[in-house]
Amino acid sequence: MRWFWIDRFEQFVRGTRAVTIKAVAMAEEQFDDYSPGYPVMPTSLVIEGMAQTAGLLIGEMSGFEHRVVLAKIGKAVFHFPAVPGDMLRYTATILDVKTDGAMATITSHIGDRLHGEVEMMFAFLDDRFPPGPLFEPVDFVAMVRAFGMYDVGVTPDGKPIELPAFYVQAQRDAEGSYSPTPSPVVAGGN
Amino acid sequence: MAVTKDDVFNKVRTALVDALGVDEEEVTPQATMVGDLGAESIDFLDIVFKLEKAFGIEIPRKELSPEDILTNADYVQDGKVTAAGLAELKRRMSFVDFSKFESDPQVRNFSNLLTVGDLCRYVESKVGA
Repeated sequence: MRWFWIDRFEQFVRGTRAVTIKAVAMAEEQFDDYSPGYPVMPTSLVIEGMAQTAGLLIGEMSGFEHRVVLAKIGKAVFHFPAVPGDMLRYTATILDVKTDGAMATITSHIGDRLHGEVEMMFAFLDDRFPPGPLFEPVDFVAMVRAFGMYDVGVTPDGKPIELPAFYVQAQRDAEGSYSPTPSPVVAGGN
Repeated sequence: MAVTKDDVFNKVRTALVDALGVDEEEVTPQATMVGDLGAESIDFLDIVFKLEKAFGIEIPRKELSPEDILTNADYVQDGKVTAAGLAELKRRMSFVDFSKFESDPQVRNFSNLLTVGDLCRYVESKVGA
């Protein structure tokens, strides 16, 4: 099971605001064990989707140079349960960004109804933590492309955002090493 | 209208109640942030966000977290802050009462030094209360 708790970006304005959607499906594994007989979307997984939305919005500001992690949830209010068949719409708004981290507020709507309101704090990992990216670059590119983030993403003045050069190169390198022809099998030998 | 020391304390208390989930009564000037109020390192970032918003000020990281001093070999020897290190800490953090720390200036003791009163004095210096 892939740990993706959003399906697609609908809006993305660099450093400002992002809107994603999450379609809740009965086939998802969380309904196997969580509240059997009464399938409701766990709010913890809603929060994860909200964090993925806001985390990508915040990380993109630095070209994903900052390693952004969810550090703290200051407030989380849910007004009614989400159930299979619902389409959740998460709207993340950045409140403040500092050298060490960022604050964001995220709402969840189902149709016009306000479903949830969460305030989150994100921290940027510094050199006290092991170096290196949080995601393999090729996996990361596949993820943000699958989310359509670069299809809808714009700068505040409306220009399309672009994948950072480092990630473009990582993807090119991966494509260059891919060979659709199977390597010949060498039989025998000493 | 000028900001008073009471205004500062009330807003600092609100920020700490929100950030740390403590009761108002627990937030006294003598309470230590880590030992008494249970603040963890990540909470300080949250508190900084809240204080900056509440008072319209900017709080550079080094002013409340002198990690660069506490990890500098010129200022720390055998796990203890040297006299030069103490002087540098006092210069940068004039709002902190170092008298207790001076008697046993081990780096590990620094984390539980800051009190609510220290934090208020820091904010007062920023807003001119």
